[in-house]
Amino acid sequence: MKRLQWLVPTLYILFLLLPIYWLISMSFKSTNEILGGFTLWPQHFTLQNYRKIFTDPTWYNGYINSLIYVVMNTVLSVAVALPAAYAFSRYRFLGDKHLFFWLLTNRMAPAAVFALPFFQFYSALGLFDTYIAVALAHCLFNIPLAVWILEGFMSSVPRELDETAFVDGYGFWRFFTRIFIPTTAAGIGVAAFFCFMFSWVELLLAKTLTSVAAKPIAATMTRTASSSGYELGLLAAAGTLTIIPGAIVIYFVRNYIAKGFALGRV
Amino acid sequence: MAKITISNLRHSYLPRPGTDDDYALRDIDLEWDDGGAYALLGPSGCGKTTLLNIISGLITPSQGAVLFNNEDVAGVPPDQRNIAQVFQFPVVYDTMTVYDNLAFPLRNRGVSENEVRRRVMEIAAMTELDGMLQKRAFRLTADGKQKISLGRGLVRPDVNVIMFDEPLTVIDLHLKWQLRSKLKELHQRTNTTMIYVTHDQTEALTFADRVVVMHEGQIVQIGTPAELFEQPQHKFVGHFIGSPGMNILPATLENAVPQFAGHRIAVANQPSAAGRLDGKCLEIGVRPEFVALVDDGIPAKILKVSDAGRYRIVRADCLGTQINLLIDDGVQLPQEQEHVQVDFDPLQTRLYADGWLVR
Amino acid sequence: MKSKTENQKGWLFVLPVVLLVAFNAIIPLMTVVNYSVQETFGDNRFFFEGLKWFVQVLHSERFHASLGRQLAFTGIILAIEVPLGVAIALAMPRKGPWVSVCLVLMALPLLIPWNVVGAMWNIFALPDIGMLGKTLNSWGIDYNYTRQPFSAWATLIAMDVWHWTSLVVLLCYAGLSAIPDAYYQAARIDGASSWAVFRYIQLPKMKRVLTIAILLRFMDSFNIYTEPFVLTGGGPGNSTTLLSIDLVKVALGQFDLGPAAAMSIIYFLIILLLSWIFYTLMVQGEEQ
Repeated sequence: MKRLQWLVPTLYILFLLLPIYWLISMSFKSTNEILGGFTLWPQHFTLQNYRKIFTDPTWYNGYINSLIYVVMNTVLSVAVALPAAYAFSRYRFLGDKHLFFWLLTNRMAPAAVFALPFFQFYSALGLFDTYIAVALAHCLFNIPLAVWILEGFMSSVPRELDETAFVDGYGFWRFFTRIFIPTTAAGIGVAAFFCFMFSWVELLLAKTLTSVAAKPIAATMTRTASSSGYELGLLAAAGTLTIIPGAIVIYFVRNYIAKGFALGRV
Repeated sequence: MAKITISNLRHSYLPRPGTDDDYALRDIDLEWDDGGAYALLGPSGCGKTTLLNIISGLITPSQGAVLFNNEDVAGVPPDQRNIAQVFQFPVVYDTMTVYDNLAFPLRNRGVSENEVRRRVMEIAAMTELDGMLQKRAFRLTADGKQKISLGRGLVRPDVNVIMFDEPLTVIDLHLKWQLRSKLKELHQRTNTTMIYVTHDQTEALTFADRVVVMHEGQIVQIGTPAELFEQPQHKFVGHFIGSPGMNILPATLENAVPQFAGHRIAVANQPSAAGRLDGKCLEIGVRPEFVALVDDGIPAKILKVSDAGRYRIVRADCLGTQINLLIDDGVQLPQEQEHVQVDFDPLQTRLYADGWLVR
Repeated sequence: MKSKTENQKGWLFVLPVVLLVAFNAIIPLMTVVNYSVQETFGDNRFFFEGLKWFVQVLHSERFHASLGRQLAFTGIILAIEVPLGVAIALAMPRKGPWVSVCLVLMALPLLIPWNVVGAMWNIFALPDIGMLGKTLNSWGIDYNYTRQPFSAWATLIAMDVWHWTSLVVLLCYAGLSAIPDAYYQAARIDGASSWAVFRYIQLPKMKRVLTIAILLRFMDSFNIYTEPFVLTGGGPGNSTTLLSIDLVKVALGQFDLGPAAAMSIIYFLIILLLSWIFYTLMVQGEEQ
């Protein structure tokens, strides 16, 4: 039984890779070939789908737009979460437990509940179809997550570190930026990773708050599907390309994934 | 009861070890008699835990054999070797009660519940856990949990050897003393062979009848605490044991007479023939207890005088090498920066070649 | 570890967070509450209607149906993903070169935009040109998720299991990695069986991460929108119309602001209540 243990993760990974393989192989087929019938791999290998995406601004702008607001959101969420997490981990203040719980409830909010209100709210502010709108909207979920993760990491840093620094004459902000943040670098990495992840994959709010200028790739894909019929090859190529940023980020944090999950609390 | 023999043991954690440095254990040959209390003493990384895990069967050695009562136990799994092991961190089954924890090893072997009850109550009394048998294990303090670990080892009637891997690491200082005495007491009551691994010389020297000192994967000396102190076979033993440890001075040999910085030094182990020691790194070792201030001897300059209670530790620079001397309470102290003369007691000064005592 | 110091300055530190989250949460929610108690006739005139919308929603069969489907969905995927995730985490190697490879590959589905997940499975499961659909049909199984509610549900669940089980695996794996070797060594010496090791060492040590995993999966599956929407659009008919999909239909599709708002509030309250119950039960379980 122990010998066959490796079989379980292997089968699972094969199961995971199957639809991804399917997507990638479709991206190298023409739409006609896909619609013609099921083929295990491309009979007529073609790069035309990718060519279209890289040359047509409506397509490649989608990726750029998505990346922009995702990065904006990640930076914003982590930046404001850092001092807040520090406060939750080190200080007791009036209403701190309730505040923390309230933050977490926002993570539980169904996006569907906010779709219409956000649409009206951000339009009223004149922020419809801007990067900042999506970046701010995603803060609703990502900030509580970032605070939660960072607080977990920060609580495992001994308070003696702070006290030593103060005794050594460090002013608070100098201590925070020069000493404390480098110590919690792993936690910041984990928090940034999860913010990136949730913002990159989210569709409903991103689509609701944009139309042309800040349209994320996800919206481009869904709009194409409905308007010009099913250009499956093109969609597959677009989809494959959306996997790449995630794969890259995961590759870089691979050493921290298990550690990060263990130390922090996702 | 069991006699443990280790023969020609070598172990490496690497799949393809090359030089000696790749081996965690090199050339271990050892014999432990029944019922003794032994300590395995050495600094971190010297291979003590590896040796312990090989004896208990958790690791299979790269080379060599482990024999229990002259029978090779290679391939025998840990739960059939009649050994028990207490680890550095208290290992308890958190969700079970103390009673169930102690009963666990017996129940796994199919012992009847009546017998289980009898043994558990007996061991609980011995380890002073009888007041908390119904508590859940995770509620106990660190020392309580270590007692449970110890208890699980004692509860099995077939256990011949109990091994301790730095068991007092997480225990508070004031409880260490209590637990150590308890262990000694338990040893006397049960007469089980006990092997205690530690890097703390006080623990080793107070617990054990015989101490095995390890350094870089090798055994450098086996002996009683007194033997280790008075006759260190390896300069590491001299240096590691005693506080402060033995002074080591670079030496040369001229016409078979040991010299240090131009002065002749009389040693207890005067080499007979000079030629044998050619090409080896020679050193002279003498404990601070046996260095004295005299009117006419080797010149030295006092660097620092520290107070250690009943005596003073004097650090001096002796012709380029720093040494320590001990001065009793009441004797006049030298001043810092003062120039003095020191002498080494010839009966307690020894010559070492490549670290080993010259015979 | 010292306890926290009393310091009301803490509020200054959390102020940016509170502002940003409140900005997003409170003002929009206020409009929702506003709509939920008013009636509009489309020309920007509002009339206070009290709890009429709440009563209507709570009594509507459509709402009951969506809620029922949602509860069934969440129940099924929790029942599959949690044991499966734990089993895979247990079977994974703890050390060695394959560990990072495994973790990276397992994490891939988690990083794919949700609409791509839906679209991928949409085509993957098509009965005539999709790898899964075509293969199943060629084995003699009558499978068409666009027409048969049962196949649609099966595909939906398979998709979610494919998508999210890795989260459970990664979390449990992290919990398992934190167990020191000494526990396993002691268990070997005590003669414990694999089942005993699982029950007395691994499971207790995983309790914390398991709680987080279950809570997260519960919350996210209850709120799910994009993947099922892209996969089936809620169909065939409304057999896979889960709560979020129904809500968006009412709000953005039909622009029935009143009922939509009331439904939103009820929805949010349900998830808060259920999450709180779950959380309390699990924390209590931990403290025992």
